[in-house]
This record gives sequence, C-alpha cells and structure tokens, in this order.
Amino acid sequence: MAQYEITKDNYKEYVFEKMPKSSHWKNMFWAFVVGGTICVIGQAFIELYSIWFNSQDASVLASGTLVFIAAMLTGFGVYDNIGRFAGAGSTIPITGFSNAVVSPALEFRAEGYVYGVGAKMFLVAGPVIVNGVTISVVVALLTLLFGG
Amino acid sequence: METFLMFVKAFLVGGGICLVGQIIINYTHLTNGKILVLFLIAGAILEGFGLYSKLIDFAGAGASVPISGFGCALVKGAVKAAKQDGVYGALTGGLAACATGISIAIVSGYLVSVLFKPRTKKK
Repeated sequence: MAQYEITKDNYKEYVFEKMPKSSHWKNMFWAFVVGGTICVIGQAFIELYSIWFNSQDASVLASGTLVFIAAMLTGFGVYDNIGRFAGAGSTIPITGFSNAVVSPALEFRAEGYVYGVGAKMFLVAGPVIVNGVTISVVVALLTLLFGG
Repeated sequence: METFLMFVKAFLVGGGICLVGQIIINYTHLTNGKILVLFLIAGAILEGFGLYSKLIDFAGAGASVPISGFGCALVKGAVKAAKQDGVYGALTGGLAACATGISIAIVSGYLVSVLFKPRTKKK
C-alpha cells in the first residue's frame, strides 16, 4: 500500500476518499420524499389553524408546531435516526433547525444548565440567527434608502 | 380539491428545496450548520427582491417550512416594520416576526434537556 503523505492541503481529500460512499441517487430520493412529507405535515397544520387564525398566523403557528414535535422526537432519539437516511430532507425543514437546537442542548446537559444547555443550544442556532438578523436589517435599511 | 392541490404543491416544492440541498451536500460535503445558513441567506436575499413570498403564496408550507422560509420571514418582517417605523422598525421587525419560532425552539429545547436523558448515538 502506498504511504500517504498527509499535509494540511490534502488531508480533506484523504478524508473524502476514506468516507463510506453512499449512493447519490438514493440520498436524493430520500431527501426529496422526507422533505416533501415534512412540508405536507406543515401544510396540514396550516389548514387546521386556518379555521381559527388568519393565514399569516396559521403559517407561523404551523412552523412552531413542527419545531415542538421535532424537539420531542429529538428527545426520544427518533429524529437523528430519520436524519441518517434523509440527509438534507431532515436538515433543511424548520424541524432540522429545531433538532440542531435541541440535540446539543441535551448532549451537553452534563456540563450544567448555564454553560452546557444554555450555551451549546446555540451551536447551530447562533450562526443561523446571527446571519438571519444581520441580513434582515441590511435589506430593510437598503429598502428604506432606495424606497424599494 | 383546492386543498388537495395545495398539499401536492407543498410536497413537490418542499421536497424540491430539500433535493437541491442534498445535491449541494453530495458534491461539496458542507456540514449541516453551513447548509442551514446557506439556505437561510438564499431565502432572505430572494425575499429582498420580493420573490420568496410569491413562492409561499404558491406552495404554502412547501416554501415556508424549509429554513429559507425562516430567512424570508425575517426579511419580510424587517422590511414591513421599516416602512412603518423607519430605522427603528428595520432593527425590530425581523426578530419580532420570527420570535414565535425561536421562542418555541428555545423553550422546547430546554424542556427536552430537562426531561430526557442524553443517549449515545448509534453508529
């Protein structure tokens, strides 16, 4: 076997080479089906909440419900099992955001409720909120300047 | 019938957005956090041009449930408030529009970490 010279530059390539290869088509199929299904469940909640609320509020509450359900499923260890075969299908919906909040919170509980749960909860949520808020303020200010 | 059509559109558009994400992951090996931020920014920029709201009108939850819908809601809220209250609105509108989702995520995250025991991930 040829000896690899591991340098900073080719280390990433080396890791990709050694990673278990999973079929791209299978990945894409499950991402599509699982992602689509989560959105259909969301749509069902929108239809349900539309009975009592206006469409804007119904949409927000439906997403909120999905966030709560995903948090519980993460607690039961179910969501990570879905994630293993659904890939982006379970990451990109708002449920994936919820999973990214809850999962590290649970995992680092041993480090206490301040530096464990409180801090690690924002491991992924932090970057999402920081980028989201920044871009929203910038776009809003541009709209004010140029009268959008 | 119209309701049924809405479910079909939600499935196709929502699935389609996740499919695009999976293709990006397959070819770039981006981590989950980076994928989330990427789609959030994409949704936010599209909404900056007023486009993402149209997709939500068309596909309902198919466009609002993916994280790009979260980015859209932030920008939409900030722009709407900015038009009403100027700079003050630009600073408050985005987070105000997403406060429900973020609060539910934080509170349920706290709840789960109190109620459940961490489990070792299956290999």
